[in-house]
Amino acid sequence: MKHTLSVLVENHPGVLSRIAGLFSRRGFNIDSLAVGTTEVPDISRMTIVVNGDDYIVEQVKKQLNKLIDVIKISEIDPVNSVTRELVLIKVNADTSSRSEIIQIVEVFRANIVDVNKDSMIIEVVGDEGKVNAMQELLSQYGIKELVRTGVIGLNRGPKTIK
Amino acid sequence: MAVKKMTGAQILIECLKNKGIDTVFGYPGGAVLPIYDALYREKSIRHVRTSHEQGAAHAADGYARVTGKIGVCFSTSGPGATNLVTGIATAYMDSVPIVAFTGQVPLNLIGKDSFQEVDITGITLPITKHNYMIKKTEDIPRIVEEAFEVASSGRPGPVLVDIPKDVAAREIEFEDRGSLGKRILKNPLTHDSFDLEQIEEIVEAVVTSKTPVLYAGGGVNISGAHKELVEIAERCQIPVTTTLMGIGAFPPDHPLYLGMLGMHGTVYANYAVTNCDLLIAVGARFDDRVVGKIEEFAPKAKIIHIDIDPAEIGKNVPVNIGILGDVKKVLIKLLEILPAQKREKWVEQIRKWKKQYPLEYDRKCCSLKPHYIIEKIYELTRGDAVLTTEVGQNQMWAAQFYRFENPRSLITSGGLGTMGFGLPAAIGAQLGKPDKKVFNISGDGSFKMSCNELETAVCYKLPIIVVILNNRTLGMVRQWQELFYDGRYSQVDFEHSVDFVKLAEAYGAVGYRITTKDQVEDVILKALNNDKPTVIDCIIERNEKVYPMVPAGAPINKMMGIDKNQNN
Repeated sequence: MKHTLSVLVENHPGVLSRIAGLFSRRGFNIDSLAVGTTEVPDISRMTIVVNGDDYIVEQVKKQLNKLIDVIKISEIDPVNSVTRELVLIKVNADTSSRSEIIQIVEVFRANIVDVNKDSMIIEVVGDEGKVNAMQELLSQYGIKELVRTGVIGLNRGPKTIK
Repeated sequence: MAVKKMTGAQILIECLKNKGIDTVFGYPGGAVLPIYDALYREKSIRHVRTSHEQGAAHAADGYARVTGKIGVCFSTSGPGATNLVTGIATAYMDSVPIVAFTGQVPLNLIGKDSFQEVDITGITLPITKHNYMIKKTEDIPRIVEEAFEVASSGRPGPVLVDIPKDVAAREIEFEDRGSLGKRILKNPLTHDSFDLEQIEEIVEAVVTSKTPVLYAGGGVNISGAHKELVEIAERCQIPVTTTLMGIGAFPPDHPLYLGMLGMHGTVYANYAVTNCDLLIAVGARFDDRVVGKIEEFAPKAKIIHIDIDPAEIGKNVPVNIGILGDVKKVLIKLLEILPAQKREKWVEQIRKWKKQYPLEYDRKCCSLKPHYIIEKIYELTRGDAVLTTEVGQNQMWAAQFYRFENPRSLITSGGLGTMGFGLPAAIGAQLGKPDKKVFNISGDGSFKMSCNELETAVCYKLPIIVVILNNRTLGMVRQWQELFYDGRYSQVDFEHSVDFVKLAEAYGAVGYRITTKDQVEDVILKALNNDKPTVIDCIIERNEKVYPMVPAGAPINKMMGIDKNQNN
């Protein structure tokens, strides 16, 4: 079972290694981790996707809370939330396949951000399901490179995690 | 308000004085020179130079454990800092508040593999509550404030502060204020979130229980809740067992006391826990040495866990009721509404078990028994001494056969199990409690890991008594090899034993040797009265064992060595 945690942390050097280190030494697995600054300059926000049962996620939350640089943790509601990931996919595309790929891109409301003679780069934004479906469809043309930012998300409604 | 020019190092010393620190343990070196220079004319801080940085960390730890105050140690960069690591990890595992200050190479040399450079904040990440590298002299007051607050708040633990040489040497305008520096950390640091409803839940569970047991850990010693613990036990007739770290939190001769539980616990403690219908864990963490086989630990019991660290609740054993808070505060609240109860049948059962399976050894045996030595020390000090131990058999015999009358009087590395801890910890303990008799119960193996600190004891005139239970082997490892490895004694026996009496004398300490039972009392009395650091080399048999014993991972009521005890 996947759980998405939103973690507010002090924007200090070394915070990332404290958090990553905690996951490895306690034997927790990270699916993805995205980090960036927030509306408050000295606070960063990490979105961590963890795979595990309730016990594991409870432990992850409690152990994270013990890190002095961690300010607040909350779990992103799997239903009542907006989660997004950005993926760049460099796919083989010559004259014979280019128009087919463009169609797929349109259907998925993705963007083509770079084109050359043999390949193009496609930018997809969406939740995990959309990204996976897109990846699968494009794999028939040969994916040369793929990079994903990791999931970020916010709960719906006026409530915030602060 | 006076504004004066001060170096970072001078500011650091001012901050420490403001925090009430009067004793620091350390060892000088290149990158920490500015700090030692600032100490040079400082009258109100006593610096204790150990023989090795590891000794400084353990001494700060021992000082913190006996006093409840924060222990402080200094070291230089690189190897000085890495030598602190075992000491910091020891303090981390046992929740001891120490703050370690390490020198670091100047800022412009960091990351260049410079001479004596090591990434000590990286290295100590998993063994500190938090650590800092100070990059601006101006930040020193704030970071010192935060470091002390982090170390002592909630569940205590070590904090490391790394200070590059130029940051410590730089002069800035410093405004001398009463309270120096304010924390800017946003983390709340403490968790007291229990409410009356939860307290009522405990009361309900206690009232309906027929066979409850209180299982008290180091948290009771740390929070100073021993009086409350006794009151609850007496009011509701609940037997009390303690962990190794909880020893001292309950009067040893009390009829409700079960002694220590777990791997080398008493038979009756382990039976009581296995048969109880309610287990109340107070400031304990269900360590594997206590629990044995998880599925068969307190199998009939509802479990209540009171702890200040949210991450401990439900970590090792699932619990029915988890109460988050300082154990003393929780127990005080509990005492407000807990009704008195009688539990004659259960108390009678405990009494029977205690009679049937006492903690015993062969008293009639003519040879010198380690248990006998510990018992004699108890008799001659009336349970009022502070004992530090090493790790292994010496540690278990001390825990089993000394009856600790006071909280914070057994100073031992429980979590990490650090050999070489006891002697430097005794140095810290003696400085923290100058009026107490301090013994270091040691084995010959452990003693050799830190015996260099005898110099420190002599130099600072600390009348510590080191009792070496000398079996010329690594006794506990040997015991496991005998029991679980068909007697293949791999690399445990010492064929050419050291003359510890001469060694003690070489350091300027007093050395005695005991080979027979009838010498024990005389020699201990001599040591108690000579007011000098003393080493007593006690020659015991090589195949002495610690019993009872639960093999690792077995249910705690399946103990080895019970019959042996009965027959002897």
